[in-house]
Amino acid sequence: MAVVGYGHSRFGVRSDVNMAELAWEAIKEALETSGLEPKDIEHVVVANAGGWSSEPLPAVVVAEYAGLTGKPLHRVEAACASGSAAVASAYEAVASGMADIAIAVGIEKMNESPTPTVVEFIGRAGNYFWEFENFGLTFPGYYALYATAYMARYGATEEDLCQVAVKNHYYASMNPKAQFQRKIDLETCMKSRYIAWPVKLYDSSPITDGAAAVVLASEEVAKKLTDSPVWIHSIGAASGTANLSKRDDYSGLKAAQLAALAAYKRAGLEPENTARYFDAAEVHDCFTIAEVMAYEDLGFVRRGEGYKLVREGQTYKGGLIPVNLSGGLKAKGHPIGATGVSMIAELTKQLLHKVEPGRQADIRKGLVIAHNVGGTGHYAYVTILGLEKPKAR
Amino acid sequence: MSMDLSISRHWRRKYSIYRLQAARCKACGRVHYPPRPACPYCGSRDLELVELPKHGKLVSFTKVYAVPEGARAQSPVYVGLVDLGATKVVAELTDITDQTQPKEGMEVEAVLRRTRVDGEAGLIYYALKFRPAIGVPDV
Ligand SMILES: [Zn+2]
Repeated sequence: MAVVGYGHSRFGVRSDVNMAELAWEAIKEALETSGLEPKDIEHVVVANAGGWSSEPLPAVVVAEYAGLTGKPLHRVEAACASGSAAVASAYEAVASGMADIAIAVGIEKMNESPTPTVVEFIGRAGNYFWEFENFGLTFPGYYALYATAYMARYGATEEDLCQVAVKNHYYASMNPKAQFQRKIDLETCMKSRYIAWPVKLYDSSPITDGAAAVVLASEEVAKKLTDSPVWIHSIGAASGTANLSKRDDYSGLKAAQLAALAAYKRAGLEPENTARYFDAAEVHDCFTIAEVMAYEDLGFVRRGEGYKLVREGQTYKGGLIPVNLSGGLKAKGHPIGATGVSMIAELTKQLLHKVEPGRQADIRKGLVIAHNVGGTGHYAYVTILGLEKPKAR
Repeated sequence: MSMDLSISRHWRRKYSIYRLQAARCKACGRVHYPPRPACPYCGSRDLELVELPKHGKLVSFTKVYAVPEGARAQSPVYVGLVDLGATKVVAELTDITDQTQPKEGMEVEAVLRRTRVDGEAGLIYYALKFRPAIGVPDV
């Protein structure tokens, strides 16, 4: 199966459009890049975490506005990994033979609610965690528990974490779709206020409106549609406990590790020292610590070595593996339901040499990887894309 | 915040909130906090209520600056992940001074403290917090 079209709205505060119009920006581009019209699409999946926006049934509103009414349609939710869940659901529709052409749309309008409501809504995510009710722990607080444990165990510093933000802002400065198209220096991050120690404002992804879409097609159809399909080599998915206190380890996300293992196994790749396989990666940096843990959970390096990649600049272009050349969630923005789809759209463009100069990866191996986490490791999806058709298994 | 500060719900949960009451699965031995009527691991409905120890070790912690309404006066709030042996709990930390900065492995013990004030209902909520251990849990 292949990605044959991709679309991406501008991310940011998008009070200029309503939800359907915002989704259409991405859908329109996805249809154009695939050379298809709405009537050609056979299956529609919409990712939207919702709760803060004005549309309780976003899928039907988005589909009607885009001229996709009549097709099989549903909405999916896997917190911040909702977008990947939509891609996986569209993948299943095509893989099962239910459809030859499916579209996955991710959309979120978070700025329709005031910030404290959004923060509380996210904090209450997942069993509303129990902890939140009594102890006031919000989403950054959960990642802060991981950051504290990671730093204590491996000797990473707040500067190391801030270097992730510096890198991602650097690449976002070249991405016209990014929310924050500006560079920052280390001091800006280090001096920003604490949200939940050691997590600071500049360690955190913003509240974002945005949409992304990808069109998936069966091998037969993909070959007719395009000379340059981007093949889906594998999707690995997993989940973690709702309540954080039920976990064994706080220096990595078990769900992401399991999803990575599943994705590597299906793609026929060894799970260790995996940076060697890929030209680029998009990982889930909702907070900077999350990007560092992603390096390890994906097996780029061994446990406890992720922060050294940051310290040595190994995840810039020219390093061991370039990560988040889009600017990541941190600086491109993190419209919850759109993020996972945005990663697939971005990596498809990377493989096809379609991104802006300066942030285009050197494509030599022809494989890229996406890592999308929902909640604090409550859901995880790892997706591998390639220019070569995967070998038949 | 008023959406989750429910007086009756707080009352129903008083034993877990004030006494750290948990449920131990008689079939597989796992301990669940807050207590549950069925074991999410083995499916058994044969559980007994147990009180968790009031003394444990700090696994990780954070200092939260974005605290809910009703607790703003106490901002920033230290929150810890505490290993009580049978299970782990997330709870506020208290009595943190320059001499007792939290760190991994630190011994902590439970104390009953004020946690929030509900402006609308005028109620003061209490909960167990954990302080650096001085050898006398105060609950
Ligand atoms: Zn059991």
